[in-house]
Amino acid sequence: MNESPASPSSIDVTQVVAKSRNYWSTVLDRLSRDPVTLAFGAILLLILLSAIFADVLAPADPFKTSMIKRLKPIGTDGFPLGADELGRDMLSRLLYGGRLSLVMGISPVALALVIGGFLGLVAGFLGGKINMAIMRTIDVFYAFPSVLLAIAISGALGAGIVNAIISLTIVFIPPIARVTESVTTQIRGLDYVEAARASGARSLTIIRAHVLANVAGPVFIYATSLISVSIILASGLSFLGLGTEPPNPEWGLMLNTLRQSIYVSPWVATLPGVLIFITSLSFNMLSDGLRTAMDIKL
Amino acid sequence: MKPALLKVEGLKKYFPIKGGIFNKTVAHVQAVDEIAFEVPRGETLGIVGESGCGKSTTARLLMRLISPDQGEVVFDGMEVGRSDGISVRDMRKRMQMVFQDSYSSLNPRMPIEGSIAFGPIVHGLQPSVARQRARELLAKVGLDPNLFIRRYPHELSGGQRQRINIARALALEPDVLILDEAVSALDKSVEAQVLNLLTELKQELNLTFIFISHDLNVVRYMSDRVLVMYLGKIVEIGTVDEIYDSPRHPYTAALLSAMPSMDPDKRTTVSPLTGDPPNPINPPSGCRFRTRCPFAERVCSEVEPELQSLSGPVSQKVACHMTNPSSGHTKVNSKGS
Amino acid sequence: MFAYILRRIVYVIPIALGVTIIIFGLVHIAPGDPLNAVVPPDAPQETVELLIKAYGFDKPIPIQYGIWLGRAIEGDFGISFATGRPVAEAIASGVVNTLVLAVGAILIGMTLGCLIGALAGYFQGSWIDKLSTGFAIAGVSVPHYWLGLVLVIVFSVEMNVLPAMGMGPGGSREWAWDSEHLRHLVLPVITLSVIPIGIITRSVRATVAEILTMEFVQTLEAKGLRSGRIFLHVVANAAPTVLAVAGLQIGYLLGGSILVETVFSWPGTGFLLNDAIFRRDIPLLQGVILVLAMFFVFMNLVVDILQSIIDPRMSRG
Repeated sequence: MNESPASPSSIDVTQVVAKSRNYWSTVLDRLSRDPVTLAFGAILLLILLSAIFADVLAPADPFKTSMIKRLKPIGTDGFPLGADELGRDMLSRLLYGGRLSLVMGISPVALALVIGGFLGLVAGFLGGKINMAIMRTIDVFYAFPSVLLAIAISGALGAGIVNAIISLTIVFIPPIARVTESVTTQIRGLDYVEAARASGARSLTIIRAHVLANVAGPVFIYATSLISVSIILASGLSFLGLGTEPPNPEWGLMLNTLRQSIYVSPWVATLPGVLIFITSLSFNMLSDGLRTAMDIKL
Repeated sequence: MKPALLKVEGLKKYFPIKGGIFNKTVAHVQAVDEIAFEVPRGETLGIVGESGCGKSTTARLLMRLISPDQGEVVFDGMEVGRSDGISVRDMRKRMQMVFQDSYSSLNPRMPIEGSIAFGPIVHGLQPSVARQRARELLAKVGLDPNLFIRRYPHELSGGQRQRINIARALALEPDVLILDEAVSALDKSVEAQVLNLLTELKQELNLTFIFISHDLNVVRYMSDRVLVMYLGKIVEIGTVDEIYDSPRHPYTAALLSAMPSMDPDKRTTVSPLTGDPPNPINPPSGCRFRTRCPFAERVCSEVEPELQSLSGPVSQKVACHMTNPSSGHTKVNSKGS
Repeated sequence: MFAYILRRIVYVIPIALGVTIIIFGLVHIAPGDPLNAVVPPDAPQETVELLIKAYGFDKPIPIQYGIWLGRAIEGDFGISFATGRPVAEAIASGVVNTLVLAVGAILIGMTLGCLIGALAGYFQGSWIDKLSTGFAIAGVSVPHYWLGLVLVIVFSVEMNVLPAMGMGPGGSREWAWDSEHLRHLVLPVITLSVIPIGIITRSVRATVAEILTMEFVQTLEAKGLRSGRIFLHVVANAAPTVLAVAGLQIGYLLGGSILVETVFSWPGTGFLLNDAIFRRDIPLLQGVILVLAMFFVFMNLVVDILQSIIDPRMSRG
């Protein structure tokens, strides 16, 4: 069986260990052939990098106010994107604002992924009464529309970045837990998990070796699709005065404070929202593209 | 008779069905209803029956993937699950199973080496030693280790995957292998290769097989003894020749007559099986087969026939009133007394 | 199937109770004494104690919860700390105003969503499809509060054809079906409809596309059925899913309208909520969240039951 053919070449075929494509390299390969997703990925990268390197890129101090320069339009000398209602440079504030907006958007989803994922995994794998207990509790939180829940919790905890992150994490735990539980239950019923049980392995070993890797994919995709919602909600909370507090630059908060000035300097007022829109859109497109790439019929 | 390696007594499993407003249990699927049999070391016991007769449930009960409601399984003289017997975990070192769906039996994200080495590592073997054993096993099932060791299931054919499943089952060096429709999903030519492989392995490693299938020809080829199940009960058990050449239960006879055969001498006047098997939730009273049996009489609906040995130099046991002279059935065969 | 419906209704009760517990609990985990909202800081001790007794703050928390819940079921949500008027009054008028917005948004969402989605589903892969999908994704990615702002800038600030704020002339708080109120309705309802349009378009497109590939449609075509009739079949099969999505959206919009209402100063429940949070007006806060959450739970139940009736595959009878 499969012996090396008599070959004049000096390469011994049996010595070649066949390199096989594992799942993730196939996914990356498919992604690289999807121009739309790549384009939005590039945009996102740009936004991320500009937020990270804000201190290098920003032309001015985002906190420096100047009453003379209030609400200067776009293209003013020294204020490429105009000035806000306290005379601060918009470009700089937008760049720095990216940091807070992105952190407030991404961290709740990341945290919810860990917590909700864990809960869903346990509920899905153990089944029975534990499953009922966990999922029913989650159902109660799921019974709120997400915006309402976010505002209610934020309102109760008070304004502030940390409170907003806590609030949004709580909002995202139920949907992630549900998806994780559903996928875990499905996988638990598959034969290879039965076979693992049949070989005498304990539950924790089975989860670590077999279940986790197969659950991670779908759950991760779902979580990435939540990021765009999270960014909008996080900025929305700041817009209502429940998230970031002034004078910190953050896109939602900026929309709030600039709102009063729409009659004087309308287009400057819209700038932070443009960024929220583009960021959210890019995450959405990226998540969609990822889902298509990962949907390989193995 | 050789001492039994595996003995099953009174094994029962009913699955509850929930319904109604409060999701209470309203009925039970009587999947396996007090079955008993023995498997001596070195034998292949074939289990046949239609879909839904309880064969796969029996397999899972043996492996303790499902817990029985009643009954005991005795492995090599030790009762499974009791503190003075053998623990489930230890039993699983000595009895393993190969499943029907070769693809879903393997973790798609794990390379083949990992899948095979998983069992031994779980039981304490050094990973490097386990991986070495995985390579040896791959060679044993006829796959070149160098080419297959790092592959993923989706890159292989059904036959190759099933060989790997066999290798995985053998990794723990079991005494008994349960093959639950292990070749049913394969193409005929591949099936033949895998069956030959199994026969070789059985010889070489001195294994005992429990071979579950709905394909009567394959069961005949592989088995020493055959057990016939119907709706959760054993209706007949005997050596392969006894069952195939002289079936005594009407169900067995009907099953066999439906088998296509090339032999013009093998003609039969037994009417073939018609209709679907009745519902395992509410099986017929008395003999469960009576609703499809051409010989059913009143006694069949009142008294359930027990699995009894036939007289004479046969090891065959049948659960039918016609073979029991004291049953009151009018058509008791002379051979039965 | 009747058993399923009954089971579903019974099952809602613990969930609803859980929701009330959370709402009640939220207020009490908030930092700061709820008392501070009512009592001026320099009030004499006897007044403070009188107020504590009047509001029941001296009773243990589970009792306070019981009293609150009991009254709420009867429709008594207490007196607003800020205005001194019954909370139920404020909520009632707020709900009407928000419903006007939400229903309007759903109607637009359903109409446009079904239209665009159906076209996209029929002509899969074409430019219509790509355009509508892009439009739908944009719809769910856009921060609607920003969109509202942009619309205000375009139509009020720059073009001055539509009002920027409020529900009616002179800061009206009562809805009326006259042209002034309707003019005020235009921008907010368009803003609010963007998300439902996006979601419904996506949903309709997917459903239509799926139905068209199903064999029974191809059988119909093979039988020579005119495409008009096929269209009706598609509609009949798509209806349950679309109705479900729309139903859920109503509940969602009612609960999530706060952002749009803030932008437009629309005196609905969202606006009330905003007020209540910043003035720490606990009875109002609890009352509004309770009503909105219960409505959402109710809509979910209705959608579930309707689906199980319309779509026999869904029922677990």
